[in-house]
Amino acid sequence: MSSIPISQWPSEYKYSAPVAGDTEMVNVTIDGVEVQAPRGELLIKVAQDYGTYIPRFCYHERMKPVGMCRMCLVEVEGMRGLQISCATPVVEGMVVTTQSPDVKEAQDGVLEFLLINHPLDCPVCDRGGECPLQDQTLAFGPGESRFVEEKRHFEKPIPISDLVLLDRERCIQCGRCTRFAAEVAGDPLIDFGGRGSSTEVITYPGAPFSSHFSGNVVQICPVGALTARSYRFKARPWDLSAVETSCQSCSVGCRGVLDSASNRLVRFLGVDSEPVNHGWLCDKGRYGYEWVHAKDRLNIPLVARGGGLVPESWPQALELATSVIRDVFDKHGAKAIGVLGGAQGTNEDAYAWARLAKGVIGTDNVDAQLGDGLPAEVVIGMERATIADLDSARAIVLLGPDLKEELPVLYLRVRRAVVDLGVPLVDIGASNTGLTPYAQAVLRHLPGDPEAVTEKLAAALAGQPTRPDELRPLLEAIDKRALIQKEGPVVVVLGRSSVAEAADATVRAAAILAQAGISAKFLSALPTANVHGALDLGLAPGFLPGRVTLAAGRDELAKTWARVPEEQGLGAAEILASAASGEIKLLVLLNCDPIADFPDGQLAKDALKNVEHVISLNSFTNESMRHADVVFPITVWGEQRGSISNIEGRVSRLGRKITPDGSTMEPWRIATELAARLGHEIDLESFTEVQDEIAQVAPAFVGVDSKLISWARDGAVLPVADHAAEITLALSSLDQNKRSAGVSWEPIPTSGEDTPDNGAVPPAVISPPRPAQALYSWAKQAPERTAALADSYSLRLVASRTLYGNDLITTQSPSLARLATVTAQLRVNERERDRLGVADGEVVRVISSRSSIELPLVVDPSVPERVALVATNRDAPGASDLVDINESVTDLRIETLSKPVIKES
Amino acid sequence: MAIEETRIITKFLRDRPQDSWEYAVAREHNQAYSALEAALKRDPAELIEEVKTSGLRGRGGAGFGTGQKWSFLPAGVFPRYLAINADEGEPSTFKDHMLIEGDPHQLIEGTIISAFAIGAHHAFIYIRGEFALGTERLEAAVAEAYKNGYLGKDILGSGFDLELIVHRGAGCYIAGDETGLLSSLEGERAMPRIKPPFPAIQGLFAAPTVVNNVETISNIPHIVRKGGEWYASMGVNKSTGTRIFSVSGMVERPGNYEIELGMSFRDLIEGLAGGVRGGRPLQFFIPGGASAPWLLPEHLDEPLDMDRASELRTMLGSGAIMVFDDTVDPLLVSWRLARFFAHESCGKCTPCREGSSWIEKVLYRMTNGLGRPDDLDLLLDFGSNIVPGLNAPFAQTTICALGPSTMSHVVSLDRCFGAEIRARLQKDFDKRRTLEVTPA
Repeated sequence: MSSIPISQWPSEYKYSAPVAGDTEMVNVTIDGVEVQAPRGELLIKVAQDYGTYIPRFCYHERMKPVGMCRMCLVEVEGMRGLQISCATPVVEGMVVTTQSPDVKEAQDGVLEFLLINHPLDCPVCDRGGECPLQDQTLAFGPGESRFVEEKRHFEKPIPISDLVLLDRERCIQCGRCTRFAAEVAGDPLIDFGGRGSSTEVITYPGAPFSSHFSGNVVQICPVGALTARSYRFKARPWDLSAVETSCQSCSVGCRGVLDSASNRLVRFLGVDSEPVNHGWLCDKGRYGYEWVHAKDRLNIPLVARGGGLVPESWPQALELATSVIRDVFDKHGAKAIGVLGGAQGTNEDAYAWARLAKGVIGTDNVDAQLGDGLPAEVVIGMERATIADLDSARAIVLLGPDLKEELPVLYLRVRRAVVDLGVPLVDIGASNTGLTPYAQAVLRHLPGDPEAVTEKLAAALAGQPTRPDELRPLLEAIDKRALIQKEGPVVVVLGRSSVAEAADATVRAAAILAQAGISAKFLSALPTANVHGALDLGLAPGFLPGRVTLAAGRDELAKTWARVPEEQGLGAAEILASAASGEIKLLVLLNCDPIADFPDGQLAKDALKNVEHVISLNSFTNESMRHADVVFPITVWGEQRGSISNIEGRVSRLGRKITPDGSTMEPWRIATELAARLGHEIDLESFTEVQDEIAQVAPAFVGVDSKLISWARDGAVLPVADHAAEITLALSSLDQNKRSAGVSWEPIPTSGEDTPDNGAVPPAVISPPRPAQALYSWAKQAPERTAALADSYSLRLVASRTLYGNDLITTQSPSLARLATVTAQLRVNERERDRLGVADGEVVRVISSRSSIELPLVVDPSVPERVALVATNRDAPGASDLVDINESVTDLRIETLSKPVIKES
Repeated sequence: MAIEETRIITKFLRDRPQDSWEYAVAREHNQAYSALEAALKRDPAELIEEVKTSGLRGRGGAGFGTGQKWSFLPAGVFPRYLAINADEGEPSTFKDHMLIEGDPHQLIEGTIISAFAIGAHHAFIYIRGEFALGTERLEAAVAEAYKNGYLGKDILGSGFDLELIVHRGAGCYIAGDETGLLSSLEGERAMPRIKPPFPAIQGLFAAPTVVNNVETISNIPHIVRKGGEWYASMGVNKSTGTRIFSVSGMVERPGNYEIELGMSFRDLIEGLAGGVRGGRPLQFFIPGGASAPWLLPEHLDEPLDMDRASELRTMLGSGAIMVFDDTVDPLLVSWRLARFFAHESCGKCTPCREGSSWIEKVLYRMTNGLGRPDDLDLLLDFGSNIVPGLNAPFAQTTICALGPSTMSHVVSLDRCFGAEIRARLQKDFDKRRTLEVTPA
């Protein structure tokens, strides 16, 4: 990012980890070998990059050095005494010795000190066998202890949050966890208490470490002091087998390593992927693997018989589904069939279902988004930013959901860009989010009405001379930032902040920014796991796989597909409306539950009540499949290989860690089975064949075939040619050196059964091919404004998700279930509460144009005036009862339930 | 020639012990703030030169040249801060205590002049939390200074602004370390920070910062008034001027003595402090606070000179001299010091955090007849992982000097009483072994 050495960085970057890209190289001699490194890079990192592992405990590549553990002492010529290599920036001509007798003695000494109070209860410690303290004692420590006194004692373990337990006896006070909480997560809820050898990690009175990111401290703890409730005593490390995969709890697509023992998933750890997650995971992603083993998982097909759903064999169920499809098709045509969902599966699932629906059946009534996203033409056609673009942005504009709740690890990345790298942040929205405290400009507007503030912002960013007061700190921050970062896009994080208002308003705001001439790039913030893969592969009305429209892609695709729909079909809201009115006769639900997930619950209920036929693919039963003809149980994350596309359009590999019990099937295979029974053989026998067909027929995916997906460790951003002159396919040099250095406890990806072409040596680089045809590009236009003015007696609804709600991952994972909030509340600020004259927690009647429900009212000081918040991922009654999908906004009237009773004396 | 004090910064508070802290009194009888009036008319760079000329060295412990420290601030980087270290926590040191309570206006005047010289518009006096009376008097004095135009905007019409904040510590030794103090001032837990960056480059709130001791700063008005040459004419070699020594322990007249540097330990201990109490023989003394290695009677004729102390492998440190007669068990002294350092280790650096309590545990056994023959060697051996080489001036594997302090008394035990202690450990051990094999 700049060529300023770390020691001279401006104050707000103090001790920041250096950023790659420093152009000035210096010569450093490490143990007699001369190497080149960026000036100002930390010595411990330079040594590691060139294959010399210097032992350490407190140092972590993604955090600022603190110099506590004193394990990384080395000799530097010309400096008095030993130096800690974790806080020594390299300068020209530095000569370093990492293995002299003095260094060895110091290492021995530090390890002896660390072990005197360590309980050495390794046999019953989760870390035993993969413990940095064990490993580094073996490699660098003394063989025995001379300590004959009594060790320090603490009660053990104590919970510091619902998910994490702390054993203070094992703690070696490296400060990794406390620094993570304060520096990386921004939740400084743990700190050191006590002094000397009684120093312990503490939480503050009455405030547990309730961070969305608490599990990371377990992963980075260099001993077994911090353990995860979900994994305690579950396995010995040498009994685990691991596979590298991408997380699917949201659409960031964090890379991680999934561990299993005895064919059960037991642990998920973050992998440091520079362009994606820097090794971090949110707790939902980290512990959400548990739902795979939920006892309520569907494991046999169900068919409607005798007024209920009863188990049936796979062949019979497939036959029945085929006959339903054929029957509706023959009687009413393809347009009477609608396909909803698909945003939770893999890219292969999405492609196979797009091919079945559009290429075999011929309906374009296909939508992966359940009214909770943005129009497909915007998501597919907007100019996309990558996550890494945040680091080098001129400014970041938030125009979407609360990232801390919906895309937690993206929140970490934005926070880092703002706090550590000095990127200015603008928060546009109707209510506060987790990033609001970090924003230089907070532009509040009534729900559904962002245009005015966005226009003001666009004008200011475009360099209009007037500087409105509320934007002055922002513009000053941009000016200051320009000293180190002149170029760089304005990255707009674009998503739906509320499903209680139409997406149009957000699209209009996005169009204003796109047309403002400020080189705006958009980073999608649609949270559903693989929604971007589903849209990219054609599960949207009007689009074909590979980011092309029906018209543009028809001729090319017709070479492979039996047919291509003639005209654009319906979106989710229209599909449900048509189903409710009886025009659509068959709904196929791809791993979705419209009654729970569609913003307008009444419409979804009407649709599923009135539609003649339903075919559902899912891993659990739900309300929407109550009247289904057939229900297919599907394999899920961890059981299925394939690929996903994240918010950037990055295609990355999904690994399979456990073998499903054989009664479930991958959704893509269900599609090919149905196609064959419908008389159109789709010749795809394995997920790699699906990937190769996608690479062949989907223009945006050109070059991204099964080989590339399996080799490119960080995945590949589509279209590849736009993002990389060439792709380095082998593991990076850094990783190889880490291995050659011999000791490392960061998770190391394993290959194994999930790497196709085992043994084949990937080429060093591939030059990415260009798509053969132009991809769809958003016209930057938006529908006209129709928002009604709010009357002054009503509150306007903001309906958004929280991290832990009634979703399956949360409720079906025992560790997370304790964090779930499943009942809806109406959140307003104190002034609105006083205006209503009710007590905090009192149940009130909430009336919208749609219906009237009763909810407890809770005061939340962060909610602006004239706004009411109701979270969407809650059990009924809730937000979905209030929203009418045809209204541009949702205005609420609140009534008290009863008049206060005046007692007679 | 009679042995006597050379009172410069303690003259006024000694002369008027009943009311020296009062503004009106200090103004009338001690020309308080007259040096400030003169200083504000001078060029700040010239003031820094004046202080350099005086040869004034830090009185907190490290003895670094004050003018030199000031000149390390990078040119043109603002804001910058001045922090006064009034967290006097070194055991047996009680000189700043007296200066704050007795002559707060002298300290404030010195602070303002120093801030003017280095171009700081915010100064902080970080005062030890236990100094209740000192805080009361200092805060009252600061209020008087504001009222009379010596603090705040446009001081005495000079155009120079200064805000002075008195900040009370919450009671820990390590806040007396330069960077520990800065962390504490920022509202963080007092833990020393890795250097570089040094406070002069990135100190308080990551801005260039000077941290000076109370006694150091109290000298500034006098240097401004009488000139650096005058100050440098006192003292010996590179230890110029006067220093306050807090003499405590087994002497007839314990207390603070401001003397010209270069006086011998004998003159200070036997002359001014009246010698060892009851005429008993001197066994050993600690010349510079709890962290300093010990000296023996044979060193009594050595001069109080900071550089000479280094040659003797000790230091004048904070200027606290603890005197022990022959009734004292040196092992007990060592254990008591170890206990202090084990309690006050901040817990940041492994060698100090773990080592300090290990030292304490071993010394406790040794003191109480449960020693093993090689315990002293064990201490020296693992102690050398805190203090490589075990010799002052100490090298250290820790961030701050608390690490080496934990070992200084152990090194002294070995140096001064090694043979006796080893013999005693062997005796204790043999006694226990005999007991163990004796049938009940």
